[in-house]
Amino acid sequence: MRVTDFALRLIAAVTLWSGAAHSFEVEDRQVYTAVAETSVLRVISTADKAVFEPIIAAFQQANPGISVDYTITGTTDLMQAIYEEGAVFDLAISSAMDLQTKLANDGFAQSYSPTNAASLPDWAIWRDQLFAFTQEPAVMVVSNTFFKQGEAPQTRDALIALLRENPDRFRGRIGTYDVRRSGFGYLMATQDSRTSETFWRLMEVMGRLDAQLYCCSGDMIAEVASGKLALAYNVLGSYAASEQAKTEGFHIVELTDFVNVMLRTVLIPANAENVKDARVMVDFLTSLRARPDLADKTGLPPLDASALQNNPALRPIRFGPGLLVFLDQLKENKFLRSWENSILQETP
Amino acid sequence: MKQPTSIRKRLFFQLAAVAAVLSLAFVMVVRGVASQAAEGTQDDILAASATAIADSLTSEDGKVTLELPYSALSMLGTINEDRVFYRVMVQGETLTGYADLPVTRSPRRLDTPAFSTEIYRGDEVRVASVLRRVANTATGSEVVVSVAQTRSGLAAISRRITITATSVGLLFFLLATTLSLLAANSALRPLRRMTGAVTRRGPSDLRPVTAEAPKELVPLVDALNSFMGRLRSSLSRTEDLISEAAHRVRTPLATVRTQAEVTHRKLNKPEHKKAIRDMIRAIDESSRSAGQILDHAMVTFRADSLALDPLDLAALINETCDRLAPTAGLKDIALLRELPDRPVPFNGDGIMLQAALHNILDNAIKYSPEDSDITVRIASGSELRISIADQGRGFGGMDLKDLTTRYSRGANVGDVVGSGLGLTIADEVAHAHGGRLELSHSKEGQGACVSLILPYV
Repeated sequence: MRVTDFALRLIAAVTLWSGAAHSFEVEDRQVYTAVAETSVLRVISTADKAVFEPIIAAFQQANPGISVDYTITGTTDLMQAIYEEGAVFDLAISSAMDLQTKLANDGFAQSYSPTNAASLPDWAIWRDQLFAFTQEPAVMVVSNTFFKQGEAPQTRDALIALLRENPDRFRGRIGTYDVRRSGFGYLMATQDSRTSETFWRLMEVMGRLDAQLYCCSGDMIAEVASGKLALAYNVLGSYAASEQAKTEGFHIVELTDFVNVMLRTVLIPANAENVKDARVMVDFLTSLRARPDLADKTGLPPLDASALQNNPALRPIRFGPGLLVFLDQLKENKFLRSWENSILQETP
Repeated sequence: MKQPTSIRKRLFFQLAAVAAVLSLAFVMVVRGVASQAAEGTQDDILAASATAIADSLTSEDGKVTLELPYSALSMLGTINEDRVFYRVMVQGETLTGYADLPVTRSPRRLDTPAFSTEIYRGDEVRVASVLRRVANTATGSEVVVSVAQTRSGLAAISRRITITATSVGLLFFLLATTLSLLAANSALRPLRRMTGAVTRRGPSDLRPVTAEAPKELVPLVDALNSFMGRLRSSLSRTEDLISEAAHRVRTPLATVRTQAEVTHRKLNKPEHKKAIRDMIRAIDESSRSAGQILDHAMVTFRADSLALDPLDLAALINETCDRLAPTAGLKDIALLRELPDRPVPFNGDGIMLQAALHNILDNAIKYSPEDSDITVRIASGSELRISIADQGRGFGGMDLKDLTTRYSRGANVGDVVGSGLGLTIADEVAHAHGGRLELSHSKEGQGACVSLILPYV
């Protein structure tokens, strides 16, 4: 197993950089060769290899003829690859719902009706082109050295009050996404701003306390776990949950006023070549709910309509043209200016 | 051969055609109105979206700027999953949105949105545009906000409406067709009732029809009644004429014959006697012919309206034999009657049957040699068989079928007076009663046997 894995990596590394150079940035690329290869499925994804490998393994167990060529890139690069550069992939998996929505809206996705479409909730499919297969809340991660279990604030108002009352304790010890660099962070921030005015107050307060900005959830979790940060706001819940199994020193708080829930989505690009296998993969991903073992291994929480019903604070982000609004250049510029004004303040 | 036209069918097809036209019209109108309403709804939402965007236009440092409201686009996603595009133009320059979105119809007035249908990115899109002027700008203030949406949701609605309207229309058509079938039947019921009333009548019942008729049929009934009245008087005139003619022809001939016989007895010269005898023979021939022609006319006339009266065939045969006994006696011919003692009941026209028997017997007597026997038998099985067998010359090998045709006579009867109508009359009577006439050689080997075969009705 190890040996073949290593061999595969080697082969992948050789083939990877011999191909045509793309201007979009490829973070990593891995070819999972099938036992009896009959076709290759080219996937472009924003999900880390570690997260997605168990899914690919299970997929290949069910479909031993399909090799998976897995390219990892950022959400913006994925968009650029497909939207502007016409890169050919059979499947695009992204956590940026807004960018995926723009791809589907602007005609870069093709329609398919998954075999299990009837069992999927309405909000999980858009235009028969965009298919959600996970629901991942944005959570707050708090350090055990700053908060005992259950003592962390449960609402944004409480959080604002706590930060205002203890500026010295939290100065430089709060982390959140740099929304200029992270598509997920931008999506969550814009959805926050839509939902409640408390977002801007929170940004003001965090800005005054010299908030630290991060590109990725993993870094924030690590800093919180180490006690360098007291808390990190808007961390991807699924990463936090899977990190918690490995790392001590932090715990997860789902705020009770509202929790934005991001849907990780898959689409078949309009220029896909291996549509047949792409559809098989879409069917596989949309039925992840039937594979709790994979949810455990990957930390990707499958779609669960009942969880949303039982917890009214969970607010799944809705598909639809509304998601195009914050992609508007003027709107984005304005939002980022407001955000910078709030969070980048001169420390007194 | 043209099939008779059916009023019912015509009525039904005409009503069904009307129902079809109405159903079709219904489907078209519902479809038209509904799709218009759906299109209107899309236009309204697009206009609302464009207006919402236009409302958030502001000026900043002398330039037009826009903070796109979330609801302006999200409202378009609430009723369907169509693709959405937008474009904001300041003085013809794209400020934001899809710069290649075609906007062929620009709004001219500030308060009226303009709509157009375009092809964009491979799909048909509906575009709504509104015009705004933004104050405090250096570059100019005319801003056109266009919002576009594909129309697949609309197509789906239109499809659904079409399916619903079509099934309702089809249902309506089937219902109307069923009802029109019932209507056609009920409209024709009085006609059927009248037909029944007329059909059930006896053959000689020519009374006016009194069955209740709807207004539309009254002229027909009147015409029918007047026609039957004329028929009645015409028939009675014909009947009168026949009996009158028989009387008028027979009586003078009988007188002439008597006179000739008297004269014959008075004359002594054999050549004179022969001349008179020839005359008598000619008179006989005329008298018989007249009688047979009248019989034939009578039979033809009565056959058209056959009366089925209960009668006793034995009595009928006896009566006919009695009537012809004197004629037979002249030639010393014995009429042997092999009849049952009890009455033989039969439903038929007595006058016609008598005419038939009379002619057969008359024939038999005529062709029988002197001092011979004629046997009249009646046998009943599944049908009645009246046989008259003589010991005469028979049919002389002629085709027996031809003998019953009118005016045809046997090949071996040149010396006997005859018109050739006798067996024709008998045959027609038999046929009128649903029976037949059978000619054969009598069992005794010599002579002819004529059988009148009548089925029980």
